[in-house]
Amino acid sequence: MADHNPSADRVRPAIVELTLVRLREFVREPEAMFWVFGFPLLLALGLGIAFRNRPPESIPVGVLGSAPAEIAASLEQGRNLTVERMADESAAAQALRTGDVALIVAADSAGGVEYRFDPSRPEAAIARLAADEAIQRGAGRRDPLAVREATVSERGSRYIDFFIPGLLGLNLMGSGVWSIGFAVVTARKQKLLKRLVATPMSRSQYLMSFLLSRLFFLVLEVAVLVGFGALVFDVPVRGSFVTLAVVCLVAALTFSAIGLLVSSRAQTVEAVSGLANLVMLPMWIFSGVFFSSANFPKVIQPFIQALPLTATVDALRAHMLRGASLASLSGELLLLAAWLVVPFVVALRIFRWR
Amino acid sequence: MTAPALLVRNLRKRYGDVLAVDGLDLEVRPGECFGLLGPNGAGKTTTIEICEGLTAPDEGEVVVLGIRWSGDARELRERLGIQLQETQLAEKLTVGETLRLFRSFYRRGRSVDEVIALVQLEEKVKARVGTLSGGQKQRLALGCALVGNPELVFLDEPTTGLDPQARRQVWDLVEQLKATGRTILLTTHYMEEAERLCDRVAIVDHGHVIALGTPRQLVAGLGADQIVFFSVADGGDGAGGPDGAGARLSRETLHRIGSAVGATQPPRATDGGWELMVAATHEAIPALLAELERQSLPLSELRTHLPTLEDVFVSLTGRALRDG
Repeated sequence: MADHNPSADRVRPAIVELTLVRLREFVREPEAMFWVFGFPLLLALGLGIAFRNRPPESIPVGVLGSAPAEIAASLEQGRNLTVERMADESAAAQALRTGDVALIVAADSAGGVEYRFDPSRPEAAIARLAADEAIQRGAGRRDPLAVREATVSERGSRYIDFFIPGLLGLNLMGSGVWSIGFAVVTARKQKLLKRLVATPMSRSQYLMSFLLSRLFFLVLEVAVLVGFGALVFDVPVRGSFVTLAVVCLVAALTFSAIGLLVSSRAQTVEAVSGLANLVMLPMWIFSGVFFSSANFPKVIQPFIQALPLTATVDALRAHMLRGASLASLSGELLLLAAWLVVPFVVALRIFRWR
Repeated sequence: MTAPALLVRNLRKRYGDVLAVDGLDLEVRPGECFGLLGPNGAGKTTTIEICEGLTAPDEGEVVVLGIRWSGDARELRERLGIQLQETQLAEKLTVGETLRLFRSFYRRGRSVDEVIALVQLEEKVKARVGTLSGGQKQRLALGCALVGNPELVFLDEPTTGLDPQARRQVWDLVEQLKATGRTILLTTHYMEEAERLCDRVAIVDHGHVIALGTPRQLVAGLGADQIVFFSVADGGDGAGGPDGAGARLSRETLHRIGSAVGATQPPRATDGGWELMVAATHEAIPALLAELERQSLPLSELRTHLPTLEDVFVSLTGRALRDG
């Protein structure tokens, strides 16, 4: 036992073994594989189909039976309108209330028409304009100016083009925070962390192995999502691949560091889940993954712009849709770097090893 | 005399209101297998984890292989092998992967194949840790402790929760380790384990050492040749004895019996009868029978056993080890 032959040992460096452990644990967990790869693809597919470009749908409009017949006839000629005849006032009110029709057209006592609609519903405002135009034309109005229309549909302006970079950012955040949070807390709960620090293992190498293993999966995640978007929905990637790689790399490291911070003290999986949700929820809502963050009030914009996911999603959109260069994304990258360094340093300091 | 492998002086550690370790001293010599024997909650695990550099003491001095934990801790860890009480190794890794991981932390050490052979897990190299039995997991944990070829090995309750066969396999492994001259500090609350494996034993209770010596010395310190157990059937004379089965005897009766047989300590109630520590069995048993006859107490059971560390603990604390 005392005599051993060092040359017979083929010992890999600890950082390699630690990273291999991370990779093995991940691929041997089918659920984790699904949430990182399968789920985002299903989400992209579902939303891509739901928001695919279609000719504008016609809007249902109700006409009261008491209105003159020519009004109904004029409405039939209107653009994108479906006309429904309403038997009486109560049926019309009911249809409007339930949203079966966007607008009710009634005759008013002075011989004109009355539009009844809820102005807070976008399609009601459109219906009001289209219905009025049709009725006025039917009554003999002529346009003073000649108008010509040229319609375009460009790659990069569709919802799916907006959504794929957002989804990629969301995935970088989710897989970084969840995969590290669960792995760290499980190891702590099983007293494995305590056992590891009883060896000469370097603690910073242990934490580094999480970041390194994330990089490996990052390549797959980005390739799968961007490739899927390009093949299935023809989503453009207008910037260079180097820029895309740098943005994804920095974002993945940032969210890994946040994951380490989230899991630095938690003793149970429940605690880390709650904390991770608390940290990620504002970003799911505010960072403009599903709809533009410009929709939120001006007062909270500085807060929104400071979030790492906002920076990630903005940088990815600017790159994929507008072909932004690396230099033009330096603001977002600097913000992400701050979100990388500060949480990592704090996590190292407050990390609970036992 | 050579420098001790482990030196502990006046160790104290408090957790809230509980004084887990209360002025504990230890000296482990190079090459010996030293046991900390005591009930659950005696402070054994806290003590061993302070020695392992995992817990900071409130007070006291710890010198491991001539080095303090405030010194070069990483260098010291290279020379230690540690098995913790509650560690669950990663279930999704295989036995071989786990040992290769631990091996990678040490600059020098044994080959993974060698350690696998030592802990007799050759057939489980490719098995996931989650599929191993309790005994196999424990042998793997020992393998992880040995992969760095340590000079000093800490084993915290290495056989707790194992079935008798798995326990014997772990004992064989510890005996092989002893044979190679490694220093071992182990904690246990099984007196058979301490008697079989340890060169010297410190009996620990309420955070300090209450007895120290070889198992043979400790047992000899009782001054008893045999432990005689007896119980009497109904017909006893009243209060003062144990609850449960058998008759009860008054303190006075017990005192008379004790002096009649020449017991080294007052009779102790246990398992529905009484235990007497006697110096000369061949004289004590006739004397006991005669005294019971004289007091017309019908004997219902009579057994003797050689004194053990359990009896040492009982005589020191008045409690059994497993009572905690």
